[in-house]
Amino acid sequence: MPELYVLLVAMIAAAVVAIEIKDLLAAAVSLGMVGFSVSIAFILVQAPDLAIVQIVVEVLTVVFFAAVILRTTHIAPDAGRRIRGEMILPVVVFGAFALFFFGLAVQVFRELPPFGSPQMWVAAHYITAGLEQTGAANVVAAIILDYRAYDTLGEAVVLFTAVVGVLTIARQFGRKGREGNGGE
Amino acid sequence: MIPLLACVLLILLGFYAVIVKRNIIKIIIGFSLMEYGVNFFFALIGFKRGALAPIITDTTMARNFVDPVPQALVLTSIVIGLATTALMLALAMRIYEKYRTFDITEIRKLRG
Amino acid sequence: MTTIVQTVSGIVGGMMFLFGGYVVLHGHLTPGGGFAGGVIVAASFVLMSLAFGSVEDSERSSYRFSSFFESLGGLSFILIGLFGYFAGHAFLNNLWHAVGQPLRLVSAGIIPLANIAIGIKVGAGLWAIFLALGASRFAMKD
Repeated sequence: MPELYVLLVAMIAAAVVAIEIKDLLAAAVSLGMVGFSVSIAFILVQAPDLAIVQIVVEVLTVVFFAAVILRTTHIAPDAGRRIRGEMILPVVVFGAFALFFFGLAVQVFRELPPFGSPQMWVAAHYITAGLEQTGAANVVAAIILDYRAYDTLGEAVVLFTAVVGVLTIARQFGRKGREGNGGE
Repeated sequence: MIPLLACVLLILLGFYAVIVKRNIIKIIIGFSLMEYGVNFFFALIGFKRGALAPIITDTTMARNFVDPVPQALVLTSIVIGLATTALMLALAMRIYEKYRTFDITEIRKLRG
Repeated sequence: MTTIVQTVSGIVGGMMFLFGGYVVLHGHLTPGGGFAGGVIVAASFVLMSLAFGSVEDSERSSYRFSSFFESLGGLSFILIGLFGYFAGHAFLNNLWHAVGQPLRLVSAGIIPLANIAIGIKVGAGLWAIFLALGASRFAMKD
């Protein structure tokens, strides 16, 4: 389907812009562009649940990035374009790993069933028996809250831990010697 | 196979940002790109040509659906990705308050 | 923020909260569910906070409000799981799945209740993260 390929090109281009651009706020906005393209692509592969979650999560991600960037600084002080000696080793290691990983991916994807015909062994039972066994019309909701409810419990715990972590690290009140805005 | 390879390319771009870049915000952007790529890869694995979204609208319909199991796995992963990105950003904010820079080569001096 | 922004944000924020509640409640019938609806509710709170700004003590009470609701959401999810345990089946078993007819609002047993608990938890958690990153202080500058 040609729309999917257009979105993939937009995704990769926005990702390259987000990595290479100097202004940090523009990089956060480019990351938002990647998230939007992923969300529209989720609709094209018939996953409306994921599209809704991806759009709102990506908007909140850009808001969080902008909050932290505006509190601290704007411009990435990456010193110019000259190739420094200490940058050669990471780039070479990354290049070798990328070639190896990409080649491995091409070999492995030949073993998969062709794109557009999944195996669906577990899903066949969920689709045919889902409505009678759980009573929910949304098969994805039936899976995450009835057949695989432990995963949702695990997600709730992880989210709670992350929120406690953020509240502890970035706490404004109760720290000694802090007043007003931090980090001018 | 080409959309799957494009996902691998997105993951590799995120990995490049984590390994090579020196600014902490760029490293966090790389992690976020890797998460987007992995989530999209899972959704692509379950795609079936000519099938519908897995919502039953009528009890007598022909259930020609895409695979709902990868979608169920990715649904929680997207929200967890947001929470971990926020945690990394809080750490980056504290690092800036202490060292006044986002450059990781200068933070290694372990001042204070 | 200016008067135009505050007026429009007041109206739109209320509609977003209502829409988020709709997505949470109809999670077993239409796409969405607890996670999507919870993040939409958090986004409505973020919009209100950015438009109207905040002063020091209202932020403190917002912290307590959001952490109370996050703990409430997490504990209710576990309590809903314990319903299944005390009824003699496994933990997080779907009781009452035959109550009501399929494709109506009252159906699917504990799935709507679990959706509400998850929606409250995710919404309050993300709102607490936003408050902790201190982003609401920006609105006070202009």
